[in-house]
Amino acid sequence: MDMTKTTDVPPPAPQPTADLKKSANRGATRAGDRVFLGLSRGSGILLLVIMAAIAVFLTYRASLAISKDHGNFLTTFEWNTNLVPPSFGIAVLAFGTVVSSVIAMALAVPVAVSIALFLTHYAPRRMSGPVAYVIDLLAAVPSIVYGLWGALILVPHLNGLFGWLDEYLGWTGIFSWQGGAPRSMLTVGILLAIMILPIITNVSREVFRQVPRMHEEAALALGATRWEVIRMSVLPFGRSGVISASMLGLGRALGETMAVATVLSPTFDIQTSLLDPGGGTFAQNIASKFGEATQDGRDALIASGLVLFVITLLVNGAARAIIARRKEYSGANA
Amino acid sequence: MSTAAVTDKRRSSLRSASLPKWSPWAIAAGSIVVAVGIGEGAGLTSHIQWGLIAALLFVLGTFVIASAVEGRRQAKDRIATSLMWVAFLVALVPLVSLIWTTVKRGVKVLDPYFLTHSMGVVADSEPGGGIYHAIIGSLEQVGLATLIGAPVGVLTAIYLVEYGRGGLARAVTFFVDVMTGIPSIVAGLFILSLMLMADMQPFGFAGSLALAILMMPVVVRSTEEMLKLVPNELREASLALGVPKWRTILKVVLPTSIGGITTGIMLAIARIAGETAPVLLLVWGNSFINNNPFSGAQQALPLYIYQQYSQSSGSTAAYDRAWAASLTLIAFVMILNLAARGIARWKAPKTGR
Amino acid sequence: MAKRIDVSGLTAYYGSHKAIEDISMTVEPRSVTAFIGPSGCGKSTFLRTLNRMHEVTPGGRVEGKVLLDDEDLYGTGVDPVSVRREVGMVFQRPNPFPTMSIFDNVAAGLRLNGNYRKNELNDIVEKSLKGANLWNEVKDRLNKPGAGLSGGQQQRLCIARAIAVEPKVLLMDEPCSALDPISTLAIEDLIGELKERFTIVIVTHNMQQAARVSDRTAFFNLAAVGQPGRLIEIDDTERIFSNPSVQATEDYISGRFG
Repeated sequence: MDMTKTTDVPPPAPQPTADLKKSANRGATRAGDRVFLGLSRGSGILLLVIMAAIAVFLTYRASLAISKDHGNFLTTFEWNTNLVPPSFGIAVLAFGTVVSSVIAMALAVPVAVSIALFLTHYAPRRMSGPVAYVIDLLAAVPSIVYGLWGALILVPHLNGLFGWLDEYLGWTGIFSWQGGAPRSMLTVGILLAIMILPIITNVSREVFRQVPRMHEEAALALGATRWEVIRMSVLPFGRSGVISASMLGLGRALGETMAVATVLSPTFDIQTSLLDPGGGTFAQNIASKFGEATQDGRDALIASGLVLFVITLLVNGAARAIIARRKEYSGANA
Repeated sequence: MSTAAVTDKRRSSLRSASLPKWSPWAIAAGSIVVAVGIGEGAGLTSHIQWGLIAALLFVLGTFVIASAVEGRRQAKDRIATSLMWVAFLVALVPLVSLIWTTVKRGVKVLDPYFLTHSMGVVADSEPGGGIYHAIIGSLEQVGLATLIGAPVGVLTAIYLVEYGRGGLARAVTFFVDVMTGIPSIVAGLFILSLMLMADMQPFGFAGSLALAILMMPVVVRSTEEMLKLVPNELREASLALGVPKWRTILKVVLPTSIGGITTGIMLAIARIAGETAPVLLLVWGNSFINNNPFSGAQQALPLYIYQQYSQSSGSTAAYDRAWAASLTLIAFVMILNLAARGIARWKAPKTGR
Repeated sequence: MAKRIDVSGLTAYYGSHKAIEDISMTVEPRSVTAFIGPSGCGKSTFLRTLNRMHEVTPGGRVEGKVLLDDEDLYGTGVDPVSVRREVGMVFQRPNPFPTMSIFDNVAAGLRLNGNYRKNELNDIVEKSLKGANLWNEVKDRLNKPGAGLSGGQQQRLCIARAIAVEPKVLLMDEPCSALDPISTLAIEDLIGELKERFTIVIVTHNMQQAARVSDRTAFFNLAAVGQPGRLIEIDDTERIFSNPSVQATEDYISGRFG
């Protein structure tokens, strides 16, 4: 029990017996406690060690690669790790990762929030329970299955949409289409949106369900329509929860590998049009280039993985900051 | 006492012009008819386009009709309602299609032969072969990952809930959150960097290590939630009887929450069983049966799907196998999910709230 | 402005469970009517049928008539949203919109109903807050969140929000049960002032409160747990508390049960 003495905050409940036990019950008991505490604390420390090791080893291998990089790691528009000296840069990957995730978020968040509202406030009760359950299960479908479906079913169905976008919005430049297979950044964005839809829907639904009844009744009693109740009570209460749900989805979209690798025709350049094939993302590039990569090539891929790691850390950090703020805020009116 | 302005701006009557109950259905039917007309007339071949036109007409029609009859506020309410329905139905299309196609195409070659044979010498473009080697690989890799990940996760959660105050616990909590967000491919790259140092060739257990890293934070989070549900009175009752703390945890706290902890572990297993990226980097894939996860390349179900898709240059036989393997994988994940939920419901701790 | 309420043969259900049965009564305009009775007797349910809030509870269903002056709230073609604008409500626990400022809370109902010019809105908000005896306490911090006020102030803020839209009737569902004695007193004083302008119906557990604030008192009771609640009698408050005509009322008031 001596370990708990090092704490700075008084433990809430069971600790008071600790002193008693210490005086009365030495020997076998203490050994058992010590072993158990050692094991559980060891596990916690192991987690920290793993995290540290991930950061250290990725950084080390990445530094090996970057030191050999003949191009500029941040701005070079090519990925030629077999050249002597190798020349590679992450600009294209960073662009593709951001663009595809932004498209995915723009499509998925409004739809997911609508479905969550639909399930909590509009759908008949008998329907919303089972539907929520199914959506929950869909969140567990492996991404490779989304990838296979995307490549074999979604891609052939996108010709119509792409043609239409090109015809009416082609003049904007970002929606022009030269008629290649619809395996572009927009395809990736759409597939990622479909993939992260269930998870964002589920978390948002949980948040909307927690809106206190009294807030909704307050709006109802003022003569608000159902939509006005949502505007006045549900959305303000759920805003930060929806944001953190979206961040969760964004984290998935940023790091998704297989669903991107199956539907994208990657090239190592930046297309101005979202409809023309080309571009790439961090994760997809690692998966596609890994097979033929040499030792240096793998290190270069590790370097790009490190950048992806840092980006997802930032996104998750932002999500956590938002959740923390929400806690303070909801405490005011508990 | 009220100002004239206030009274004027309000409707004096309780009754207001309103559309009959069946009007949404009528508008929906009308928009479908018009959409079909437009589709036929303009020669649009894609039925998805017809559907989108119908949805658009429905939303617009609702708004125009409602604002003419009922006023702006009601119209807004109705448009919100119809948008929610449309969003729901539109989102259903891909999700239903995903499940439907997987089942429909998956059952084509999914038979006992498929489950009990490896690819062996079958070329990727030819029919035949199966996923036995992939199932073995997946079971071994996921099993080993669980053997590492689950105990570490549960013990860490016990540390956080039962012992941890102070700086170390805060650090662990923080990094568990961070770890939850690690993309699977990054976990794969981490193990890969270790393997590069030791100059090792791909093998199954390397994949297990990466999967274990992905599993740990999930198990920690869910176990923590479950342990927090155990009422403090139970712990105090046991401690007050002079039972040492570690026995209290083993005999009182864990049995009370074991259902929830099992659920969490099963959901985590379901999640890592579908991971492809780390397996691709670390286990490499193999068309032969390799029962030894500690030496030589192995296969895994998700990786098998990917390779059947990507290395077969469009062969139907390979696609059929990919769908069948997808169906197997989904079935496995769903069974785990359903079983986990079943256990959660069956063993739910009665908190007396 | 205030209107009379005429209830006849009103029965309310939660799903298949009958919560209150066959209630008929008249509530006079510009008066305070108190509902008292043991827990579970359906007095809050009955209150919520008076502005069609009962039906927002899942499974909630109502039979019978509620006439507001001459118009049936449950008649065909009546919009529940309009009903709730005519019949305002204050809840048991203060429920200001947590994300809105004090000003926006009071203006919330007005903004739903149309476009007001800025100074028009200012006037109404000020008048409503004065009407709720809250103006002096909050006039310097109208832009602060309403959730930052004390419980009693929050409840008065909710009253200000309810009266800002000039309802004909004000329903109060145990408005003081979550408040301390001093805040309770403030609300009771306020009820006395508000009855000059509104028809007020108040549900209360506190019989002294009913005696202090109301002109008429209705006593509800239920035969047994699981049975629907019924109206036992309604009469002038003085009569109810001194010489009720039904034995059960006297038993309840004298503290023999409930």
